Amino acid sequence: MADETAALTLSAQNLCRKYGHHTAVQNMNVELRRGEVLGLLGPNGAGKTTTMRMLTGNLAPSAGSIEICGIDLLDKPREAKLHLGFLPEIPPLYHDMTVDEYLLLAARLHRINKQTLQAVLDNVKQRCGLEVQGRHVIGTLSKGFQQRVGIAQAIIHSPDVIILDEPTVGLDPNQMREIRSLIRELGVSSSVILSTHILSEVESVCDRVQIMHKGCVVFDQTMAELQHQGTSLEVVFTQLTQ
Amino acid sequence: MIVTIIRKELSMLFISPLAWILLALIQLILTWVFLVRLDAFLEIQSQLMQIANPPGITEIIISPVFAMAAIILLMVTPLLSMRLLAEERRNHTLTLLISAPVSMTDIVIGKFLGLMVFFLAVIALIVALSISLRLGGALDFGLILSNTLGLFLVTACFSALGLYISSLTAQPVIAAIGTLGVLLGLWMFNLAASETDGWLQYFSLLKHFEQFNQGLIDTLSIAYFILFIVTFLVLTIRRLDGERLHG
Repeated sequence: MADETAALTLSAQNLCRKYGHHTAVQNMNVELRRGEVLGLLGPNGAGKTTTMRMLTGNLAPSAGSIEICGIDLLDKPREAKLHLGFLPEIPPLYHDMTVDEYLLLAARLHRINKQTLQAVLDNVKQRCGLEVQGRHVIGTLSKGFQQRVGIAQAIIHSPDVIILDEPTVGLDPNQMREIRSLIRELGVSSSVILSTHILSEVESVCDRVQIMHKGCVVFDQTMAELQHQGTSLEVVFTQLTQ
Repeated sequence: MIVTIIRKELSMLFISPLAWILLALIQLILTWVFLVRLDAFLEIQSQLMQIANPPGITEIIISPVFAMAAIILLMVTPLLSMRLLAEERRNHTLTLLISAPVSMTDIVIGKFLGLMVFFLAVIALIVALSISLRLGGALDFGLILSNTLGLFLVTACFSALGLYISSLTAQPVIAAIGTLGVLLGLWMFNLAASETDGWLQYFSLLKHFEQFNQGLIDTLSIAYFILFIVTFLVLTIRRLDGERLHG
């Protein structure tokens, strides 16, 4: 039991978020262990992006608590964010910078020390398939490569929790497959949350799935349980969100 | 951490041709003013010799150059400050900074100082221009120092205000026009203040700069400038934090 709590990398309790009178997220609970990939599903406007922005400190929750590796995100944001990597829906890229300049900036922002900087940079470029693009200006890259730069930025400091908002949108099938295998690889050493609309992606990548609808979690099960019951994700999804 | 953000701001600034063009343009205009004043000085030099305590070259040539520089920087600051936050917001890149282990204060102060480093380069060029006069005579270094300090502080005020207005919108152009509008408004204050000579003049940035321009380092003016800068930096930090809380 003690071992299990030690492996807990992210824990959010009773998260709520209101925009004026509109409640975007209500009583959301998320727990994530090391080596787990969680798929966050839901129709448009279900509160997935709001949840992810809260988990990464971009948005303050109206109520609830968030702990990253045992550090309270609201009390000690700087310490907690060291363990976080985030790729928002629109990758936060400076289009005038080259890939190297941009990744160096991301590395420095995450306090990677000078001695290891070059090694870290080479490693992350190799993992994301950006070896040749180092000197290219980001604005001239194709959508798929820009997405990879966005992912590289999120994992450069080898965070314990990686949060990816629709990482495979706009990619061609080959790139999608590559990104998925990258996510699987990341899921071995860290915890990953990814949101997506593609159910087959969840089936191939995730260990656990949560479905959100109108700001609430309506479904939370591991893929193994789901397979054991013999129900397909698509049926569950349509039943719960229609 | 602040250093990382300053470096990023400077590299972003110098990647674009805008900074280089502005640097060249500012220098061109100021050199022209400088030469015109030099010409005027040479013309009246013989008459000046007859006055008992004549003004020196620093007063006649350099002070007007600095006064002109203040007005040019008033026009230029909005062009540079508009990008600071408005563009980040429009390109959705602010998320990168906020998700990183950096506080809002670091982000805002880093951006402000980044812009100030650029203006330091502008001011250093003006000082170099002034010192070139040493070839022809003795200079009043006290006056140059007070002018430099004044110009630096007044530009810092422009930048702090520009940064705050840039935090209010996602459209860089609107940030630029807004900043220019407020700065011109503060200049108008100055015109009104010199007529009525009442309490209004305490609020005018350029009126305070005039004191430095005449060689008077006034603690009241320094206090006003610093208060102005701190107020707008704090407002910017509060604005960004407020967005996280309510946005």
